[in-house]
Amino acid sequence: MLRGKWLAVFSGIVLAIANCGYASAQATIKVAYTDPLSGPFAQVGDANLKQMQYIIDYINSKGGALGKKFELVPFDNKSQPSDALIALKSATDQNMPFIMQCSGSNIAAALIDAVNKHNERNPDNRIIYLNCGAVATELTNEQCSFWHFRFDLHVGMKAEVMVRALPKTVTKVYLINQDYLFGQSVQREVKNYLAKLRPDVQVVGDELIPLGKIKDFSPYLTKIKASGAQALLTGNWGPDMNLLIKAGVDSGADLHYYTFYAHLAGGPTAIGAGGDNRVLAVMSFGENVAPAIGNKEAEAFAEGFREKHKFDFSAAGFRTIFEYLQAAVNKAGAVDATKIATAMEDLSLKDFLGFDTKMRKDDHQIITEYFVGTFKKGVKYDAEGTGLGWENTATILAKDVDQPNSCKMKRPSGA
Amino acid sequence: MMEVFVVSLLNGLVYGMLLFMLASGLTLILSMMGVLNFAHASAYMLGAYFAYTISVYIGFWPALVIAPLLCGLIGAGIEMFGLRRVHRNGHIAELLFTFGLALLIEKGVQMTWGLLPVPYRVPELLDFPLFKVYGTQFPAYRAFMLVISGLMFGAIWLGLTRTRIGLVIQAALTHPDMASALGHNVPRIFTLVFAAGTALAGLAGVIGGNYQVTEPAMAFTMGPIVFVVVVFGGLGSLAGCFIASILMGLIQTFAVVFDVSLADLLAKFGVTVTSSTPFAEVLNVTLPRIGALLPFMMMVLILVFRPRGLMGTRDT
Repeated sequence: MLRGKWLAVFSGIVLAIANCGYASAQATIKVAYTDPLSGPFAQVGDANLKQMQYIIDYINSKGGALGKKFELVPFDNKSQPSDALIALKSATDQNMPFIMQCSGSNIAAALIDAVNKHNERNPDNRIIYLNCGAVATELTNEQCSFWHFRFDLHVGMKAEVMVRALPKTVTKVYLINQDYLFGQSVQREVKNYLAKLRPDVQVVGDELIPLGKIKDFSPYLTKIKASGAQALLTGNWGPDMNLLIKAGVDSGADLHYYTFYAHLAGGPTAIGAGGDNRVLAVMSFGENVAPAIGNKEAEAFAEGFREKHKFDFSAAGFRTIFEYLQAAVNKAGAVDATKIATAMEDLSLKDFLGFDTKMRKDDHQIITEYFVGTFKKGVKYDAEGTGLGWENTATILAKDVDQPNSCKMKRPSGA
Repeated sequence: MMEVFVVSLLNGLVYGMLLFMLASGLTLILSMMGVLNFAHASAYMLGAYFAYTISVYIGFWPALVIAPLLCGLIGAGIEMFGLRRVHRNGHIAELLFTFGLALLIEKGVQMTWGLLPVPYRVPELLDFPLFKVYGTQFPAYRAFMLVISGLMFGAIWLGLTRTRIGLVIQAALTHPDMASALGHNVPRIFTLVFAAGTALAGLAGVIGGNYQVTEPAMAFTMGPIVFVVVVFGGLGSLAGCFIASILMGLIQTFAVVFDVSLADLLAKFGVTVTSSTPFAEVLNVTLPRIGALLPFMMMVLILVFRPRGLMGTRDT
């Protein structure tokens, strides 16, 4: 008798908990987020997570979508495709409509493939992959998918911006990149655009390094110096980026550094004062962009993040993602992957800086403005308390980065 | 080419000496206690973080002394209250114990100092180029690292060969069972060696943390290469450890410089590799692309052909 009573209480509790979970699943729109949150690249994932959370709080304060709030559910993928697939499985098991991933084009390639298969087999439980930063060009060309939306410029576009930013005086460049899908993509595209736009530039070195394995870059610097290069062009990210520039500055080599990711969390600290006026970043945002274009509201938004966290706000692109989600979900009128994906196509919005952006229908690649930042003293907002910050030296409008694509997209029936 | 050679030689030497500081402690611990201490590189990281925090308040020079001492204390604590108990359950238990410890320390560091690199900088006094080799600056700090590690090598060598405790340690290194059978207080020597080994790793962290970047993954990236040095150098041999460290430092440095592939080698014998040649992809991989893996290849080879290592006195 007593046992029966306990059993009743116990099952009551279980039901209550289950209900609770059910109720909150109804109340929020879940976005699974997977990136390295441990291991050598944890700093990248952690910085992304904090900025995303800050943006979600803002979007939710503006009403979320369809009266529901967005909720971020983080999964650690330890920079491994296999762990990212486990995160995807977990997200689809819980009927989450979105999965987001930023770091590692090899992981992105695995995710695109897995999402395609899942959606084909489970038409009533589909999921959309929001790519927040895996930028190998192939992902929206050969590998393009109806379920994959990329919210950062791809390598080809960034390479074009980088090559255009090279001053006329630079005629000898050295390329160094990580030896995997993304790094090889950078290597190829940079050479491609150098040949097209700056045939006078000679590539004096062309190097691939093992991802996340190098502890000391000074031997590379010796070689780079000996090659007579005036500028180093690199897509490296995380420690591979920070250690490279630090070694460069320490060696005292008379070099300029053209990067995709020097402005991200940890970079400025590693570079330090020695990098004054030598390091450039092709970037989606920097804290000195808003004052440079005179947008007070955007400036206050970035400042709000800096007050909460110890590092800089660089992820304007993430805010664009959630504004697109908000608009697409509202337009679709239901949390349904197929409807939302269709609504997202050809969607165009003004981003929070006031520039025009567009989600291209042919390949699901965002077309957005981009900036070139130079690391120097005497800017309004310094980076990570170094006294130096990213001065906005060029603004490239969306229409100028628009490159053709070779995507042949397979669309699901009814979309 | 001469320029590249000289600069690379210096860089390789500095990196090799840094490896030696890390590996010497591990060699002592492994040879004597049979413990493959996975948490050894964590002590390196702790040394760097302690030094950073101390240098913020009272400067780099006190940190140079205090941080290794703190690491040594932690090491002594780990040995007395952890390893000694675990030891009864055999080598596997010890290995797993230190492995778990390494993960815990990494998480602890992340929670204390955050995931981002900390601005641990070279002291101003040493922040200038010492000399120029064919136009490439050689920072004074690197020379300082060479001096410190050189002094350390001297101190360990003198300590081991000229003091009574050193003689007992040496005996325990080569004939551990005999030393304990002779009635020496082996547990106390264990604690001492473990603490000293950890302090050495801490010292390496203090001077290596600002040479590289101080961040929570530094233990993870430094860990494997230290094992390679210890295995390659051989059990029970400090000299072997020294040679292996310098060798690994030089190999990694020069691997970057020599832009050759197997295809180039074949070309010397009149064989031309084209895209249709079998294994063309593998043959065209240049040395710098796999430079970071060379030490591991050497470790595998030495384990197969000479298990006791370069100058080891016992099998690994």
